Amino acid sequence: MKSITKQKTLEEIGQLLDGLNSVFIAGCGTCATMTHTGGIEEVAAMKLSLQELGKTVTGTTVIPAACDDMTQETIKKYEDAIGSADAMLIMSCAMGVHRVSLYHKKAVIPALDTLFIGLEDNYGEFHEVCAQCGQCVLGETGGICPVTACHKGLVNGPCGGTNDGKCEVDKNRDCAWTLIHNKLAEQKRLDLMYKYQPPKNYQVTPKPKVTKIT
Amino acid sequence: MASKFKQALNSGKFVVTTEVGPAKGTNMDAMLHHIDLLKDVVDAINVTDNQSSVMRFPSVGGCMLVKQKGAEPILQMTCRDRNRMALQADLLYANYMGIENVLCLTGDAIPVGDHKEAKSVFDLDSVQLLKTVRTLESGKDLGGNDLDGVPSYCAGAIVTPEANPIEPQLVKFEKKVNEGAEFFQTQAIYDLDNFKKFMKHARKYDTKILAGIVLLSSAGMARYMTKNIPGIFVPQDLIDEMAGAPKGQALKTGIEIAGRLIGELKKEAICDGVHIMAIGKEEVVPDILAAAGM
Repeated sequence: MKSITKQKTLEEIGQLLDGLNSVFIAGCGTCATMTHTGGIEEVAAMKLSLQELGKTVTGTTVIPAACDDMTQETIKKYEDAIGSADAMLIMSCAMGVHRVSLYHKKAVIPALDTLFIGLEDNYGEFHEVCAQCGQCVLGETGGICPVTACHKGLVNGPCGGTNDGKCEVDKNRDCAWTLIHNKLAEQKRLDLMYKYQPPKNYQVTPKPKVTKIT
Repeated sequence: MASKFKQALNSGKFVVTTEVGPAKGTNMDAMLHHIDLLKDVVDAINVTDNQSSVMRFPSVGGCMLVKQKGAEPILQMTCRDRNRMALQADLLYANYMGIENVLCLTGDAIPVGDHKEAKSVFDLDSVQLLKTVRTLESGKDLGGNDLDGVPSYCAGAIVTPEANPIEPQLVKFEKKVNEGAEFFQTQAIYDLDNFKKFMKHARKYDTKILAGIVLLSSAGMARYMTKNIPGIFVPQDLIDEMAGAPKGQALKTGIEIAGRLIGELKKEAICDGVHIMAIGKEEVVPDILAAAGM
C-alpha cells in the first residue's frame, strides 16, 4: 500500500504559511520518498523555496514513516528546532500530517495533497486500486475493482460511455467493465457478471471510520 | 390503469417516441413550442435529465410541462446527481403528478459536462434504479419501510447496439430486463444489418425495443459522432450521402436518411418502434415521420 501524494503549489504553501515566519520542515522516508514529494531531495528543495519566500527554516528532517507512532521519537529529537519555529511544514501524506499534529502543539501545515492509496506500475506511475469501501467485490470481478477502476464506480456492468474498451472520461483509460468481462470470460466465470449486485452500503462503518480488532 | 405509453407498447403498433431538453434557465418557450409540434405525432416525449452532465431545468419539471400540454411524458432519471433517497422521493412525486413512465439511466460522467468539479453521486446504477422502481411498486422503499400510497410505473432503460465490444453491454442488457425493464430506447443506430443482429439477440427477451434514430444534420456532424460519441457508428455510405447533399440541403438529406431508416425498421418489423433524437432540430421530427411514410 502506498499513499500517493502531490505537492501543493508554492503559492498555496505561501498562503498557508502567511504570518508564520519560521518553519521546521519534515518529510517522510516511506511513500512520499517513493513518490518524490517528500524525500530528502524534496525537503532540501523546499528549504530553498521557503528561504526565497523570506522564511527562516529552523531545521529539517525526513521522518522514517511519518504515519507510524515512532514519529513521536523524531519530534522529541528535534524539539529545539521545532520549538523555535512558528510552524511545521509536513511533506508527507495526510496520515503523517495527522500523526505529527498529535505529538506537538505547533501549527502543522501540509505541503502535499493526498490523492489516493495506490500501486506503482512503472517508475513514477501510480494507480488507485482500492477505495476502502468496506465491501470487497474482487472475488466476483476477476480481481479488478470496479469501485475504483470504473470512473462511476458501477457494480453491475459498463455504462454506455465505453468505446473500444476505453472510458468516456479519458480515451487512454481502460473501461474497467471490459477488463472484468474479459478476465471472467478467460476464467470461465462469466456467470458472475450476470449476478445482480445490490446497492452498496455506504455506512459499513459510519464516518469517521473507526474499528477495533477483537 | 397502464400509462398511455405502456398501452401503446402493448398494442402491437409501431411506437414512436422523441425527446425534448429543458432550458438552461427559466425560459421554456422553445421547449413548449417543441412539445406543441410533437405531441400529436408521437406516442410519448422523453424529457432529458441534465443531459451530457450540463445543469438545466429538471426533467421532472419538464415532464410536468409535457403533461400540461396534454402529451405523454417519459421521465429520464440518471443516477449521477441524486442518491437513493432523492431518486425515490422524485419517483414518488412524479407518480403523484401523473408522470408514469420512467427511463432509468446511469448518466454521463461529470467531467464531460459544465460543472466539472461537482461530486458524482452514482449511489445507485441503472440496474439498481430499475429494481428501485419495482421495489416502490411493491409498497416498500429501499430501506424496507412501508409506503403510504403505492405508485406504479412503466420503466425502461437504454442499450447501445453498436457498442464495441458488444458482449459486456449485452450482459447489462439482460440484467436490466431481469430487473424489470419493459422497454429499451437504444443509442443511435445507422447500420441496419448490425442492428438486426442485435435484435436477434434481444428478441429472446420479453421487452420492447425502440431503435434510436439520431438526425444527421451535416456530414461533419456524422463524422464527429462516429469519432467522438461512444457507441455511435455512421457507415461511410451515409457520410458520403450527407457530404453529397447540395449546398444548404444537408438537413433535408438527414431527414430523408432518418425517414428511410424508420421506414425500413417498420416495414420489416425489425423492432417495436423508434426513439427519434433530433438534437436541437426538434421542429423537423414531423418531417422525419412524413419521410418515413407515417
